[in-house]
Amino acid sequence: MCFLLSPLHNVCAICCVVLVAPALAQHEITPTKPRSGLEFASPDIRAMQADDFANPGMLWVTRGEKLWSAPAGRSAQSCASCHRDAATGMKGVAARYPRVEGANSKVVSLEVRINRCRTERQQADPLRYESEELLALTTYVAHQSRGLPLQPAAKEDQAALQRGHEIFHRRQGQMNLACTHCHVQNASRKLLADTISEGHGNAYPVYRLEWQAVGSLQRRLRACYFGVRAEQPAFGADELLDLELYLARRGAGLKMETPGVRR
Amino acid sequence: MLSRVQVPASARRGEIVQLRIAIQHPMETGYRPDHFGRRIPKNVINTLVCRYNGVEVFRAEMGSGIAANPLLQFPVRVQDSGEFVFEWRDDSGEQGESRAVITISAG
Repeated sequence: MCFLLSPLHNVCAICCVVLVAPALAQHEITPTKPRSGLEFASPDIRAMQADDFANPGMLWVTRGEKLWSAPAGRSAQSCASCHRDAATGMKGVAARYPRVEGANSKVVSLEVRINRCRTERQQADPLRYESEELLALTTYVAHQSRGLPLQPAAKEDQAALQRGHEIFHRRQGQMNLACTHCHVQNASRKLLADTISEGHGNAYPVYRLEWQAVGSLQRRLRACYFGVRAEQPAFGADELLDLELYLARRGAGLKMETPGVRR
Repeated sequence: MLSRVQVPASARRGEIVQLRIAIQHPMETGYRPDHFGRRIPKNVINTLVCRYNGVEVFRAEMGSGIAANPLLQFPVRVQDSGEFVFEWRDDSGEQGESRAVITISAG
């Protein structure tokens, strides 16, 4: 990953030396071109995602479309009251999230942005993470960017990006594994019956067959924390937001697939 | 209950068309315990009926073996312009309905 983040190159090198045995560092694979998780999925799953009717995630898109024009809060305004037609107004927006805002380099994800609109503009209560409403709206908005490449802002806040980079390379949990050990060093190899992907977020929110539902990238990240038996950060925690930002940078150029289908 | 139906807007008389319906539903099997070890009651869409101008053309009776958010597809030979009405009911007694119109042109 180091080459993608030249300002962080030194940090990465230090990580490799300090945390990982030199022998492992030699095996660190740095993909020249990121590969979507779709490429690691089975033909059945690829077919399900490709068919907009068979893709169950489209049910959430349909629900989001309804919510888009439903008035909410004390303002009695809907999303459409300001943003009009999502197909034009929201095209490419999700591809630029998460982004960094404010002097304290706070990461703002699509979920955070939608809830900000709700509380500040619509004067409504924020939607709970993983609630049907927030998932539907996020999926609907992200769906408008389908086919467009992930385009994190050119001048990302380096502090936030570096925090995400450190989390990605930090060993944790009883398994003592970092993200990089599966999703860089062992990507495309087998973990039991599954093929390990490079861990990109370009298809999120996705319909996972395991969940039998659509879930956010943070839900997936928390599942990985569980997998390595680490303590899961709460939904919306800074740590997960920083990681989301880093993942978007790492997967820059990948086409968005929302709603993707995964195993 | 949220659903999506796929019915061609038009077809020729006597043509066989494919109809599809997807319904958002947890299809709770009745075999799963919740976090406190209590059994989550079975709640699946047990019956789905499709009528074409009032005549039943398709019926599905489903059980615990069907995954969440079921997608059903079936062929129908169409003769007259009219309406397909999909109706379904789950174990909790909740009902859903969806309609789609088809226009038939001569042979």
